[in-house]
Amino acid sequence: MAEAPFGLLAELTHRCPLQCGYCSNPLELVRREAELSTEDWRRVFDQARSLGALQVHLSGGEPLLRPDLPELVAHANSLGCYVNLVTSGVGLSRDRVRTLAARGVDHVQLSLQDATKAGNDRIAGIKAFDRKVEAAAFVLAEGLPLTVNTVLHRQNLDNIAGIIAMAEQLGAERLELANTQYYGWALRNRAVLLPTRKQLAVAAPIVAAAQARLKGRMEIVYVIADYHEAHPKPCMYGWGARQLTVAPNGDVLPCPAASVISSLQIENVLSASLHEIWHDSPSFNAFRGFDWMQDPCRSCPRKEIDFGGCRCQAFQLTGDAAATDPVCSLSQDRSTVDLILETEMEPAPVPAMAMAMRKMR
Amino acid sequence: MLEAVPRIRRGVKCTYDQIREAHVVLFPEGVLVLNETAASVVALCDGVRSIGDIAVVLADEYSGVEPSDVAALVSRLVERRVVDVDG
Repeated sequence: MAEAPFGLLAELTHRCPLQCGYCSNPLELVRREAELSTEDWRRVFDQARSLGALQVHLSGGEPLLRPDLPELVAHANSLGCYVNLVTSGVGLSRDRVRTLAARGVDHVQLSLQDATKAGNDRIAGIKAFDRKVEAAAFVLAEGLPLTVNTVLHRQNLDNIAGIIAMAEQLGAERLELANTQYYGWALRNRAVLLPTRKQLAVAAPIVAAAQARLKGRMEIVYVIADYHEAHPKPCMYGWGARQLTVAPNGDVLPCPAASVISSLQIENVLSASLHEIWHDSPSFNAFRGFDWMQDPCRSCPRKEIDFGGCRCQAFQLTGDAAATDPVCSLSQDRSTVDLILETEMEPAPVPAMAMAMRKMR
Repeated sequence: MLEAVPRIRRGVKCTYDQIREAHVVLFPEGVLVLNETAASVVALCDGVRSIGDIAVVLADEYSGVEPSDVAALVSRLVERRVVDVDG
């Protein structure tokens, strides 16, 4: 039997006031009418806890758009879970923070799109910066720990020192600097998001110096730009290994992007229990362990380190979800990634408005 | 090092998981499943006792507890950002 998951990523809604062109939600966003009810989510949390999940990440879209958020926080808390709120900060008033803290939120992750108001609001597609600054202060005033999350790409990588300074100023204990991963919206906008090798080379020592300077005060987590690497990321630490995602409509996914693998038969919480889905479904077992691997992964010692990389990326770039992640230098498809790096990146900076802003269709 | 006083960090939750039948430490983006000794150490990281004090308490409960073992465990917990150390 597979080991129990540690975490549940609950995407309560895909609705969001922000329109970031690299949103991790799928291109086909779930509409409000199709969202799970409060009762459904309570049952999902019960089942996740019985299965072994200890962390509930309340995410979206913007989870604050669910009026039942305080009730859902209280329910996850009553089960003994660590409750993490992942928010844009828009709508996080002093009263709402107070209510959510009282109901049992343990930690807040606040997105920040760029170092400055102008940059942030251009990438987010709305005036959000001032509200984020306010929200951070409310979170700290309630005594909750704060993580700032920034997605890095060609439009903001040059401002990395400013982003770090801004996270310090906001009072974050942690800063996640995550280079864009190319699925869904980000894949669509890849030509304007892909960083240059030079940008990454300039950013790396700035991040390393900040990590050393801020040690013990603010932890900085840096997620690599995998197209530029020789080895893939250890995606999800293995398929169906540590975490599961439930989409707003109840679809249960081994990773937040897994719906891009069109050959995968996705299960739903309305027709099966999380226990059945986690342990017995074809989707969760498709790439578990090592038996599904082909060479070069199958005979590679690195399979214990990176688990063959990302299944969604393999599917998107090679058409075979069981192929070696093509960013790997040992993949026969590495040339596909190199070609993208050579041809797709615009020589001059493209204005962010050239991005397809995220919206519901 | 033995005078240092460890304390569970803000935002870190220590609980017992009925499913895994183990003490666990929950923190942003992470879970630590503790063995019995580690759970006893974590329970004593109260911001009052020093590492030396913790070793004395544990010596009553377990045989062969060395203060240096407690110090090593505490430094691993500091590394994982589960505890802070004063002094």
